[in-house]
Amino acid sequence: MSQEKVLECLKCGVKLAMGNVEVTYLNNKFPIQLPKCPKCGLVFIPEELATGKMLEVEKALEDK
Amino acid sequence: MDHKLIMSFEEKCIQEQPPACNATCPVHVDVRGMVAAIAAERFTEAFNIYCKSVPFPGIIGRICDHPCQSACKRGEAGDAIAIAALEKAVVQQVEVARPKLTPASPKSQRVAVVGGGLSGLTAAHDLAKKGYQVTLLETGSQLAGRIRERFSTELPEQVINDDLAVIEQLGITVQLNTGVGKDISFTSLCEDYDAVYLTALPGQQPGELTIDPLTLATEIKGVFAGGSLRLGNTSPIGSVADGRKAAISIDRYLQGVSLTAAREQEGPFQTRLFTSLVGVEPLPVVPMGQDRSFYSKEEAKREAARCLQCQCLECVKVCPYLEHFKGYPKKYVRQINHNLKMIKGRHEANILINSCSLCGLCQEACPEGLHLGELCGMARQEMVKKGKMPPSAHDFPLRDMAFSNGPSCTLTRHQPGHTVSNYLFFPGCQLSATAPEHVVRVYDYLTEKLPGGVGLMLRCCGAPAEWSGRRELFMAELQQIKDQWEEMGKPCLVLACSTCQQIFQQYLPEAKLVSLWELYDLHGLPQVAAAKRPTLVAVHDACTARHRGEVQEKVRKILLALGCRLEELPTSGNKTECCGYGGLMQYANRPLADEVAKRRIKQSPADYVAYCAICQENFTAKGKRTYHLLDLIYGEADPTTPAKRRVGYSQRRENRVKLKNKLLKEVWREKIVPQENDYTAIKLLISPSVQELMEERLILVEDIQKVIAYAERTGKKLFNHDSGHYLAYHRPVSVTYWVEYLPEGDGYRIFNTYSHRMEIPGGDE
Ligand code: SF4
Ligand code: SF4
Ligand code: SF4
Ligand SMILES: [Zn+2]
Repeated sequence: MSQEKVLECLKCGVKLAMGNVEVTYLNNKFPIQLPKCPKCGLVFIPEELATGKMLEVEKALEDK
Repeated sequence: MDHKLIMSFEEKCIQEQPPACNATCPVHVDVRGMVAAIAAERFTEAFNIYCKSVPFPGIIGRICDHPCQSACKRGEAGDAIAIAALEKAVVQQVEVARPKLTPASPKSQRVAVVGGGLSGLTAAHDLAKKGYQVTLLETGSQLAGRIRERFSTELPEQVINDDLAVIEQLGITVQLNTGVGKDISFTSLCEDYDAVYLTALPGQQPGELTIDPLTLATEIKGVFAGGSLRLGNTSPIGSVADGRKAAISIDRYLQGVSLTAAREQEGPFQTRLFTSLVGVEPLPVVPMGQDRSFYSKEEAKREAARCLQCQCLECVKVCPYLEHFKGYPKKYVRQINHNLKMIKGRHEANILINSCSLCGLCQEACPEGLHLGELCGMARQEMVKKGKMPPSAHDFPLRDMAFSNGPSCTLTRHQPGHTVSNYLFFPGCQLSATAPEHVVRVYDYLTEKLPGGVGLMLRCCGAPAEWSGRRELFMAELQQIKDQWEEMGKPCLVLACSTCQQIFQQYLPEAKLVSLWELYDLHGLPQVAAAKRPTLVAVHDACTARHRGEVQEKVRKILLALGCRLEELPTSGNKTECCGYGGLMQYANRPLADEVAKRRIKQSPADYVAYCAICQENFTAKGKRTYHLLDLIYGEADPTTPAKRRVGYSQRRENRVKLKNKLLKEVWREKIVPQENDYTAIKLLISPSVQELMEERLILVEDIQKVIAYAERTGKKLFNHDSGHYLAYHRPVSVTYWVEYLPEGDGYRIFNTYSHRMEIPGGDE
């Protein structure tokens, strides 16, 4: 994913860089590498991730 | 959930009952399976299936008196399947080694079997297989002597000897030329052996023997009797069955367990399996080739192909949901039960439970009246109670209900100038959402026609809460309705939606209900100038109107009075099909709901008429021209213009708010101060393709407005140098929404939007 190079946090005026993020669902934590603003922590979750893998994991957790 | 209740559902489903052939066969040959194998030219498999139930296939296969055949269902549409001839074909044509028999670990107990006919041979065979030390005593000089005489033409010597080789293989001791009472005394037999099976009377009689028909036990302990001694020797397969029965009894006796428990289905019995013959073309039996008394493989295959492969599946045939999960209710009940009981692990039946439309069609189709929807409804309640309901399944419709029952949409009033209401019009949240103009007209009509004051109540009946298993939430909604209804003097409820009607009928039984359609019929249709109406329509009854024969009838009467020709869909009335919305199927299992709707709209090329706003919206969304009955009544069903677009989720919300405000202003002359949130003023420019995406992803205009309001206020947004667009996210509810946008004019252009339920830490305050 070279996406972070072209994504800029408008609040901080800096380019996003890959970083560790911990997303959560139903009391489960998932460490994940995502483009992230190095200053304020704003992240980018691409559409394919949200509607693909992430959705799958959500469903699996809901059925646990 | 109560175990008995679950069991009562499971027991109702008869799909696993054996077909008539199998149930009538005294040893329960799996005729259906065997015949299927023949039809598929798998003769070896057919032979093996046959051997599972029949101890001496070469012999029995040639001489069986086939009581199964007269029970065969095929006999009600043409000739019964020639089961005996097919079995004969199998044993004649298959040259395979008999399945090798290995006795269970040897037991010390000794059993004497008196008589080497079919019954004795079977008992000896079955007992030896179980590991007992078996001695077979025969007066004559060879085994199966009488059979050899009686069937000398049917049974070549070689066939008999091949079959009986198994006796030696199983280590059975055979004593030929040994008469009990002559060569060995009955008393010493009883002393030497742990159990005795008599198929012929001993020479020196032990007195009159009484035989228990269920167990073949006699009054002498450890002595059992059956076979030709009991039956005469008319039925070879009957003798085999008796031998088998004796073996089961002797095994139980020697193990010291109950002789009588659970033996009802040992011999022939009446199956409960229902097999429909609807649409089955009568076919005669396949004849045998010239001068032959047996089938060739090819003939056997053709004869076998006539088998109906009896099964029930009446409900599965009509319900795409039941079909989708590749089973039938008995299986599903077990899966649901397992799902509810399981604590840890994957709840794989969640999707099964939540996909049912609760429409009750299964109950109409099922010969036993099983309603799987009832069980799914109860299972949902239990899941909610235990905190095991997947949050996403019903989140959206519940939020929509909360909106409908929130301050911007609800309204309860007496008719202006009245302090009591004789009637109360309850249009329902969906009609208010898809066709608010109709609600205004109908209210106008009702106040004109009905005396004594017609009140109005705008809100949702609570069906989404009920369907999603939120019992408490539903009861709270219901209580509000009940309180207001009582306050208004318990008026007769006038209902435009069959779901509201179903809900109130069940949960507000003290209220008098009348459907709007009955009132139009009673008080006459409004006169409409320059009305536009199609000439031919097909009526789609809502699944919640399944049991409302009087409503269905009135709807048709109205359509005829409007000058339409009617077409009946293949299923309507009490057999009508759900549009895909019932039970919130659409939210829990979108692809399935799409399939359901598509299947329904393909049933006729005619334009459809629905009298439920959601059915109309669902079919319209799939491109089917579908009118609401009110469109026809008010002359707005124009078959010459392009089909209406669906209204969509966002517009539906907006319509409800506008309807309330319009009625307050125009009917009650009240000033309304619209309570605007900061975000509602945000103007959006959304292309039709993005609108489609929003419908599919259940994203509302207001969700997007909230994201933009938040991003613009906080400055928290990304800029994509590739596309030149902004991208922002926000989590106003339990969902994080993402919006790709740019300012344009005095509003914002939306390029894309998506969502997820996972939370991003910190990124969002
Ligand atoms: S049609 Fe086939 S399955 Fe049905 S009873 Fe006859 S042989 Fe058995
Ligand atoms: S209630 Fe309706 S959707 Fe559910 S199983 Fe029965 S027929 Fe199918
Ligand atoms: S109709 Fe369905 S539920 Fe009823 S017995 Fe047949 S398979 Fe079972
Ligand atoms: Zn930043």
